[in-house]
Amino acid sequence: MSMRSPLARVRGLGSAKSGTQHFWWQRLTGIALIPLTIWMVVALICVAGADFEEARSFVASPLVTVLLLCLIVALFYHAQLGMQVVIEDYLHAEGMKLAALLAVKFLAVILGLLSALAVLRIALGS
Amino acid sequence: MPSSNRPLSPHLQHYRLPLLAWLSMTHRITGVALSAGTLLVMYWLLALAAGPDAYERAQSIMTSSFGQLVLVGFTWALYYHLCNGIRHLIWDIGYNLDIEGAESSGKLVIVTSILLTTFSWIFGHALSGSPV
Repeated sequence: MSMRSPLARVRGLGSAKSGTQHFWWQRLTGIALIPLTIWMVVALICVAGADFEEARSFVASPLVTVLLLCLIVALFYHAQLGMQVVIEDYLHAEGMKLAALLAVKFLAVILGLLSALAVLRIALGS
Repeated sequence: MPSSNRPLSPHLQHYRLPLLAWLSMTHRITGVALSAGTLLVMYWLLALAAGPDAYERAQSIMTSSFGQLVLVGFTWALYYHLCNGIRHLIWDIGYNLDIEGAESSGKLVIVTSILLTTFSWIFGHALSGSPV
């Protein structure tokens, strides 16, 4: 018979990770991306033949700027969550796995910030 | 159970994968492809921020026949992942979980993604007036 309390047994024995957080954020960003990507595709179709000035003034309109920033955040967060699962499923060498995970996470942050900066530069006209 | 009767995991070289397995694999593959394809959209955005010359170069790459081919693939991958993602969300709230339902919704995803890709490109070219 164990002398430990149920709570003590559970601590450190459960998933010891983050429970349903990964699942939840993947769904949440996925749901956000449904309207955002549909809007984005329609917008891209509309500016497909646009010249430089037209495309810039389109991105610079306030609603488009904000929606683009939302899209960038949701997209890069969703992408790195998905890539994480793929890496964890198929890369079994611990060192490689860790390196790939770090690369994906860091890349998502850097590329996301680069995209956001590009949108803001266009929006603020610099 | 005698060990010889134990169920085996599918031997990929001999076992014909069911439709649902292909659909699931395609969801992952399109997810990875879209992550890579996002770099393309990013490039366009960065070029637009950089100035007219960079934008001109980006536009000429995107409108080249290779660029258009990649973009068609990107569009289909996006629509597939979008439609199949919605299918996953419906499963997540507990609907359509039987095999027949999963198969018919899977077929719907294939047809819808192809139709949406076709319509998007027809509309895109009609609106932009480019001849391709």
